[in-house]
Amino acid sequence: MTALWGLLRKEALHILRDRRTLAVLLLLPVLQVVIFGYAIRTDVEDVRLAIVDPAPDFATLRLRARLTAAHVFRVVTVLRETEPLERLFQTATVQAALVFEPGFADDLGRGLPARLLVITDTTEPNTGVTIQNHVLSVVQSAAREMPTRAGGVQIVPQARLRFNPTAESKNLFVPGLMAFVLTIISCLMTAITLTREKETGTMEALLVSPLRPWQIIVGKVAPYLLVGFASVIGVIVEARLVFDVPLRGSVPLLLAEGLLFILVSLALGVLISARTDSQRVAMTAALLGTMLPTMILSGFIFPVESMPRVLQYLSNVVPAKWFVIIARGIMLKGTGLAYLWQETLVLSGMALVLLGAAARSFHERLE
Amino acid sequence: MRRILFLARAEVLHIVRDRTTLAQVLVVPIVQLLVLVNAATFVIRDTPTYVVDYDRTSASRGLTNRLAASGHFRVLERSASLTQANDALLEGTATLVVTIPRDFEKSLTREGRAPVQLVVNAEKGSAAGIVLNYAGQILARYSAELGRELRPSLFTIGMGTSEPAPGRGNPRIDARTRGWYNATLDYRHYMVPGILVALVTLIGTLLSAQNIAREKELGTLEQLNVTPLTRAQFIAAKLLPLWVLGLLDLGLGLLAGKLVFDVPMRGSLLLLFAAAAIYLLVALAIGLLISTGVDTQQQAMFVTFFVLNVYLLLSGLFTPIDSMSPWMQAVSQLNPVRHFVTISRAVLIKGAGLAEVAQPLVILCGFAVLTLSLAVQRYRKRTA
Repeated sequence: MTALWGLLRKEALHILRDRRTLAVLLLLPVLQVVIFGYAIRTDVEDVRLAIVDPAPDFATLRLRARLTAAHVFRVVTVLRETEPLERLFQTATVQAALVFEPGFADDLGRGLPARLLVITDTTEPNTGVTIQNHVLSVVQSAAREMPTRAGGVQIVPQARLRFNPTAESKNLFVPGLMAFVLTIISCLMTAITLTREKETGTMEALLVSPLRPWQIIVGKVAPYLLVGFASVIGVIVEARLVFDVPLRGSVPLLLAEGLLFILVSLALGVLISARTDSQRVAMTAALLGTMLPTMILSGFIFPVESMPRVLQYLSNVVPAKWFVIIARGIMLKGTGLAYLWQETLVLSGMALVLLGAAARSFHERLE
Repeated sequence: MRRILFLARAEVLHIVRDRTTLAQVLVVPIVQLLVLVNAATFVIRDTPTYVVDYDRTSASRGLTNRLAASGHFRVLERSASLTQANDALLEGTATLVVTIPRDFEKSLTREGRAPVQLVVNAEKGSAAGIVLNYAGQILARYSAELGRELRPSLFTIGMGTSEPAPGRGNPRIDARTRGWYNATLDYRHYMVPGILVALVTLIGTLLSAQNIAREKELGTLEQLNVTPLTRAQFIAAKLLPLWVLGLLDLGLGLLAGKLVFDVPMRGSLLLLFAAAAIYLLVALAIGLLISTGVDTQQQAMFVTFFVLNVYLLLSGLFTPIDSMSPWMQAVSQLNPVRHFVTISRAVLIKGAGLAEVAQPLVILCGFAVLTLSLAVQRYRKRTA
């Protein structure tokens, strides 16, 4: 036991002494929360709008006033003809344009349909569609106020957004961010630390020491478990304090699931380091094998349901995917194990398999 | 000039001989393009939907069928149990729950209006709003259809309202919509020009950062330092082959984008390559700056990864710049990747010409001059 204690102390000193790496480890989560909180958003607000009104009359002016009053829009320019629109769209000066037909009020007065055209930049389809609907809803609410003869029937949708009523992106990134940070710390760092001992030749020294293989692994891995756990708590606290992200479910459950996920990542890291000989290869493997999938296939940024079938199946082997579901469930929906037992089971299974495989390939290396 | 070419030739040989690097340069980008373009998407289709039908009439069934037939929704189940629907929502199997109240058809026939409740799982942010919009459109279309069926009297006889009708008919606004540049709303057309930028950036910065760090590790940097090459010549020779490679990668990526995803290329490719040529100088110079500050390839890789991670996330590649908070938008002006993403999308998708992309192009030129002179200045012929 004292031998294990010694190794633990040595590892802790390693981490503390390497200032550059330690700074990255501690700063990365903080910085990522800021980036994701302020930059990785898909909320549509402050839409730059151009209005083309060839013959302004009271009806177009009224509609224009309503658009200006809706704080979603910022009217950038009012034009007489459609000619300059192309250029305005190409330079992204405007995101949408509302084009009136001449004689708008006259048509309305005569009971003819008054025509207008809503042009949106759908280069980015979701933003485009959202903007289009914002404009349309203003136009329609204006139309509804005009005196009308009820004709036909009307189904009135009553919408409710659950779990994230304000539909803010910032509430969604924290669970994914925890997975990301944990992958970097647990997987990448453990993968490197073991191969570093191999490269510098100190692995042999460790092997001839009275330490058992499992003790070596525990000694190597435990300090990173602590660092990982600390940064998860850091991310949660920062998200609560700075971004006011909700935490509806049980905190102990969230931390326990976090620990389970750390275990999976650490096992992956040990597995990678046992299978590789140089830090460079270990790093590339960790980057390509864990970090990119965590970012892209976990549903952290991009919804998994939107991907092609093949990638959806592939995403099932990414541990982060399951952790993101669990963390979102606990934080946003306030659900407990009753709903999340399947995901938890999958993660536990992954932990067992990976730990077994890691221990085994580590043994093989020793002989 | 001859000296530069000699060293450049040596660099080319290095790249061609090292199979790993060659694979990294030629194969990885294409694979990334194929995977990323398919994965990095916010497309919304097949939203899993649970219909709670308390009415069970032909009108309510019609509504369910319209939802399913639209392609936007996949109806998981129809039942009259709200608790089951709620469970599905909590479990995450359903994203939308449509509740049709009792007497739905009756109140439509009698009063001309009936509510339908839509509960959407907003866990996925902006997607929730779009799901609601699609549902709203389908409801509106279905109302129009039902109107003719359920209350034909209104149309044939023209009664049923206390309000006096002004003029001859109903005044109404006929609003049409048109989406420019990406009328089919294909997410891949939006992503390909962005991903191409990411690839060019990765290749340029990573290779140049590792290149000099490797010479340091191997100790061959000293040998180069005792040659009569000047600093500028040395750097030019180092960067030239990588610069050509980067442009080659862009061409390959464009070809793959055209063949596999059939992305539109509306603008001038010449303009795009010219912009890429300037942008690559920036990417390479950043790599060079990193490599002057580190000692080993591993550090170079770690730092590069960190820098690129921040650069790419803040470039508007994945999420629109317009959605960022205002101060973050200002900060992102300092990000060269952002400007090239803007140019690439404007030229390829919108068909913008030189005049339209002049502003980001000038900024890129500024970045190129700044980073290159910094890199030349920071790189010293250190004599151990």
